[in-house]
Amino acid sequence: MSLILEAVGSMAEDQMHLADINLTFEKGAFYVVLGATLAGKTSLLRLLSGLDQPTSGAITMDGRNIVEVPVWKRRVSMVYQQFINYPHLDVRANIAFPLQRAGLPGDEIDARINEVTALLGIGELLRRRPGELSGGQQQRVALARSLVKNADLLLLDEPLVNLDYKLREQLRPEFRSLFGNNTSAIIVYSTTEPLEALMLGGRIIILDEGRVLQTGDVHEAFHNPACETVARVFNDPPMNMISADVAGERIILGDGLVLPRSGHLAGLPPGPCRIGIRANDLNLEQSAADDMELAAEVQLSEVNGSETYIHIHHNEVSWVVREDGVHSYALGSGIRIRFNPGRLFAFSSADGRLLAAPDNLVSGSAVMEG
Amino acid sequence: MARIELKDVGHCYGPAGGRLEDYALQPFSHVWEDGGAYALLGPSGCGKTTFLNIISGLVHPTRGRVLFDGRDVTALATAQRNIAQVFQFPVIYKTKTVHDNLAFPLRCRNVEETEIRRRVQEVAALLNLESSLKKPARQLTADAKQLISLGRGLVREDVAAILLDEPLTVIDPQQKWLLRRKLKEINTALKQTMVYVTHDQNEAMTFADHVAVMDQGKVMQIGTPQELFECPQHTFVGWFIGSPAMNILPCTVAEGGVMIKDKKVPLPALAKAAATAAGALELGIRPEFVQISDTPGAGALGVDIREIENLGNYNIVMLDLDGLEIKAKISVGNPLPDRKAFIRLPEKSTHIYASGQRLNPGT
Repeated sequence: MSLILEAVGSMAEDQMHLADINLTFEKGAFYVVLGATLAGKTSLLRLLSGLDQPTSGAITMDGRNIVEVPVWKRRVSMVYQQFINYPHLDVRANIAFPLQRAGLPGDEIDARINEVTALLGIGELLRRRPGELSGGQQQRVALARSLVKNADLLLLDEPLVNLDYKLREQLRPEFRSLFGNNTSAIIVYSTTEPLEALMLGGRIIILDEGRVLQTGDVHEAFHNPACETVARVFNDPPMNMISADVAGERIILGDGLVLPRSGHLAGLPPGPCRIGIRANDLNLEQSAADDMELAAEVQLSEVNGSETYIHIHHNEVSWVVREDGVHSYALGSGIRIRFNPGRLFAFSSADGRLLAAPDNLVSGSAVMEG
Repeated sequence: MARIELKDVGHCYGPAGGRLEDYALQPFSHVWEDGGAYALLGPSGCGKTTFLNIISGLVHPTRGRVLFDGRDVTALATAQRNIAQVFQFPVIYKTKTVHDNLAFPLRCRNVEETEIRRRVQEVAALLNLESSLKKPARQLTADAKQLISLGRGLVREDVAAILLDEPLTVIDPQQKWLLRRKLKEINTALKQTMVYVTHDQNEAMTFADHVAVMDQGKVMQIGTPQELFECPQHTFVGWFIGSPAMNILPCTVAEGGVMIKDKKVPLPALAKAAATAAGALELGIRPEFVQISDTPGAGALGVDIREIENLGNYNIVMLDLDGLEIKAKISVGNPLPDRKAFIRLPEKSTHIYASGQRLNPGT
């Protein structure tokens, strides 16, 4: 079973929601759609479900055009950001609902409910109503109702976004084993969070302003972002960027730092380019002899889970440094930052394409669409 | 601005004199120094709103006393306490201009017009609202509206404290850091006592110099963000603060350390405290501090590598120690052994808990 989108576009009230989408979804595979808010993730999921129809292009399932097939005739289920359950029905009745509508025999319904509720750890809650459950439990019920149908296409639109981070922490590994073991359906999961995409694994589709920027294996895309926008979207905090000029054997960064044009950067063409560095690769301590060093001022230190993001300012450049552990820095205090030239990315300043990536990690080339 | 002192303050919504377990806020004492940035952090239902309402005077505590700069305000109404509040959703006068919104609390107190103009200008400059002063407040974005709510607290020089209840709820995630920075700047510049209530660990830890972590009506720990992370006084704090959570492993007393299952962890400085503690013992260590190698040795525990979660910049390695799960956070640059590994738990980052409470080394 494969679901194919060819040159698909979607407009609404003169607003472009999606443009020139070419994607293939295969049965038994798990896809993560990553993009910022308003990138077009929900629009894409609604097209896949049949809730919306494209304004151009073709959507086929096993070669058959399915654009005209109404949602109720499709074997599709969807989980939304906001957990949707029937408040007047207990958990069991909520989950049984789609099966009863489909006219399944009672013993089959019982068997499927037992299986899915055991899988999601909600077997003890069958007689409770949604209002008596925590947010995480409610989302599990909504997920159970979607899974129990054994749909061909399971769509999840940022299902964890409304849960607090302790619940997300708990549900992500459960999702990963659940979706990783899938063999029968196409599963598409959307998120704004790079960490969630990496944690869930699978194939990635990176969307920005209604266009697909990159597809492929999630880890390969992380290490070889096709363009500057992907590097931003696929890093949290977004990858730090600076304009640079390649002249002779030197690379001159916009803030005045000068690097040798060597190692993986040796092949950069002369002229302007954009240099990127991950927050993770900016360090407070020196790690190698050829580290570059700069003095900066602290704008804010933010705590994120078990890490500290230090927003720094340096000669008109605003960067973010990721530090392990929880630390605090006074606003406006001075700080010395080190980074290794071997960790830099380079992008074209003309079209944003990746020119060079640190080469010690995952090999293989990135696929850039369009 | 005021120093806020809580003396044995507790609250029960049911009849007074009930059992302590029924208290929405269990009695405790604490002092918040004048000019500090504080946060009340905990899951919903933990008692943080009750706590906030006791400070503002919306709730009168069942027991204990509240003092502002040494003055007993327990019996005073909210209006008499000079408290400014910022809520989840911006509370503004939509038809008034930004200037008149900011001036409102002063006009209510019959402050002279020239003085009002001076104060409004000062606060508007601090909040970067100068260019919007003549605009109707309804035209502003959600974050600017939230700044007006805050500004109305800042214009009054007599305010004892500014209480912020989940103030970033309506703010776009990409804008949050700017507002967090603004709040920090204001606290640093004006030295107003600020109390920030939230269920979000990151917000509390970013804003406050001291965070009170609460659970089920109890204040579990009050400390700097770094203390909460590195030295959780209760297993709840170890779990609630940080992601992934602290590893909490049941253990028993052994000579010069503790046993996890049948494996000995040498902890010379903690051994004595562990041996004399009452209640079930647990060992706590954050995934960041677990060291992995492929060689056995003194103090190393043999484990199986069950799964490696590659998160781009680092790996979360799931380890199995005779059926107990332990997580380790290891940078992607560091090589990992295959399947069998040995872990070391450095004593300076390891804590022992008895009935959930951290034991002090050497006690």
